[in-house]
Amino acid sequence: MEKRELTCIGCPLGCAVTVVLENGEIKSVTGNTCKRGDDYARKEVTHPTRIVTSTVTVEGGSAPVVSVKTKEDIPKDKIFDCVRALRGVSVKAPVHMGDVILENAAGTGVDIIATKTVL
Amino acid sequence: MKAYDIVIVGGGPAGLAAAISARESGIESVLILERDKELGGILNQCIHNGFGLHTFKEELTGPEYAGRFIQKVLDMEIEYKLNTMVADISKDRVITAISREEGLTRIKAGAIVLAMGCRERPRGALNIPGYRPAGIFSAGTAQRLVNMEGYMPGREVVILGSGDIGLIMARRMTLEGAKVKVVAELMPYSGGLKRNIVQCLDDFGIPLKLSHTVIDIDGKDRVKGVTIAQVGSDGKPVAGTEEYISCDTLLLSVGLIPENELSRGIGVQISPVTNGPVVNESLETSIDGVFACGNVLHVHDLVDYVSEEAHMAGKCAAAYVQAQKLGNTEEFQGGRAVSLKGENGVRYTVPVFVRPEHMEDTLTVRFRVGNVYKNASVCTYFGDTCISRRKKRVLAPGEMENIVLKKAEIEKYPDLETITIRIEQE
Repeated sequence: MEKRELTCIGCPLGCAVTVVLENGEIKSVTGNTCKRGDDYARKEVTHPTRIVTSTVTVEGGSAPVVSVKTKEDIPKDKIFDCVRALRGVSVKAPVHMGDVILENAAGTGVDIIATKTVL
Repeated sequence: MKAYDIVIVGGGPAGLAAAISARESGIESVLILERDKELGGILNQCIHNGFGLHTFKEELTGPEYAGRFIQKVLDMEIEYKLNTMVADISKDRVITAISREEGLTRIKAGAIVLAMGCRERPRGALNIPGYRPAGIFSAGTAQRLVNMEGYMPGREVVILGSGDIGLIMARRMTLEGAKVKVVAELMPYSGGLKRNIVQCLDDFGIPLKLSHTVIDIDGKDRVKGVTIAQVGSDGKPVAGTEEYISCDTLLLSVGLIPENELSRGIGVQISPVTNGPVVNESLETSIDGVFACGNVLHVHDLVDYVSEEAHMAGKCAAAYVQAQKLGNTEEFQGGRAVSLKGENGVRYTVPVFVRPEHMEDTLTVRFRVGNVYKNASVCTYFGDTCISRRKKRVLAPGEMENIVLKKAEIEKYPDLETITIRIEQE
C-alpha cells in the first residue's frame, strides 16, 4: 500500500489530500473538501497536467511582448517542451486575446493562444 | 473645474469593479483616473493563470481577468483618463491630477473611491548589508521586466521571501531559462498560497528554505552571490549556518504596502496594522464621501475578493451621491456603531466598525491571522456571547479569511458594543 500526500491546487484553499494506492490502483482519496479536490488528486497521481503561461515577442505593436497560455492543460512533463517550442516565436501586431499563436504545441495537441490584446 | 459624481483613483481590478458597480447603481457620471498607459493595473503583468475561480468559475490569466472588467467598462461607456497621476485630494473632494495631455487639472467629485493598490517593500526596508550592485530587484519589478518589457533580469537567481509574487517569479524565471537556486523565507512558514508552493517550487525542484534569510550581498557592480543563514526563534541569524550561494540576481518578495500617500494627504485615518484606511461597513473612510477598496485598503490574496469588495465600495459611493443629491448626506452619517475587534490570533478586521442601520442584510468581514493554526476555530463573539464557531483545518497568514455577519442577528442585541473575532484551538 502506498500513501501519497498532496496539496490540492484546485482552489486557493489548498486542502491537504491523502491518496492511498494499492498496486497502482487508487483505493481512497481523503482530506479534500469538494469534488474538485477528488478529481485533482486522482489526476495528479495518475497523469498530472498544468496550464503553461509565457510571453512571445510582438513586432510593430504597442508593447514588445504579448502574454500567452496553453488553451487547455497539458501533461506536466511537457512543460519545458512547450516553453522551448515558444522560443523564437514572434507575431505581428495586432494580436487579439484568444488568437492562436502556435498550433499543437510540442505535439500535445493543445494550441497556445494570446491572453491579451496588443494593437 | 470639471465635476463628476464619482471619481475613482486607480484603474486596476478594484477601480474597475468599483466603477462598474457605481454605474450599475444608477450613477451616470463616473470617472476613472489611471497613472499607467492602460487599464488593468497589476493584473497586466500577472500572466499566470489561477484568477477568477470564484468570480467566473474558470481559471483565467491576469490579463484575461482584467480584460473582462475592462470590456464591461468600455461597453458601459464609463469615462477614464490614462497616463494621469493624482497629486492631491482635498477634504472637500477636489482632486488635483497631472497628465501630459491636460497638464494640471482640478476635478470636483461628489464621492471618491480610493483604489490605488499597493507597492512592494524595497531593499532599503530590510537592512541587508553590502554594496548597491545591479541585480537586486523586487519580485514585481522583475515580473514587469520579463512579462511586459521582454527583458530577463538575470540568469542565476536567489529569491528572498516566499510571498506569492516571489513564488510565481521562481517558476517564470525557470521557464525562461534561468536557474533559481533557492527561495529563502525568514518565517518558519511561507507567506504564499499553497498552490503556488506546489506549482511554482515543487514542480521544478526549487528548494524552499524556511527560517532563513540573506545576511550579506556580495558584489560591487553586479551581484556575485549572497550569503544566507538560518535564523533562530529570536529572528537573528544563527552563527555557523552561513552558506554562500553564487548568483547574479536577488529578487525580493518581502511584503506589500498599501499606497496611501493620497489618503494621508486628505487626512484619512490609517490603521497601523493594515496600513490602509479605517473604514465602516460601507467601506467609507473617516472623511465623508471618501471610500476605499482593494489593496489600498488591505493587501488581498485573491483578486476575486478585491472585485467583490470594490463592488461594495462602488455601490456605497453611489448611495452617498444619491443622498447628496437629495441634500441629506446626514442620513449617511451617524447611527449606532458596533466596533469590530480581532483578538487571539486575528490581526485585524476590515471593516473596523459596523453601523447596523446602514448595513445590508449581510456583511462580509475580512481578516488575516498572525500565525499558522491547525484544527482551530474561527469564533465570533457578540459581547461575551459566542454566536458562531467555524472549524478550520488550516489557517495561515498568507490566506485571507472572512466571516459573514447577519443584520437580523445584530439587531437582536440592541446594546451590543463590540463584536470580537478570535481563533480558538480545540
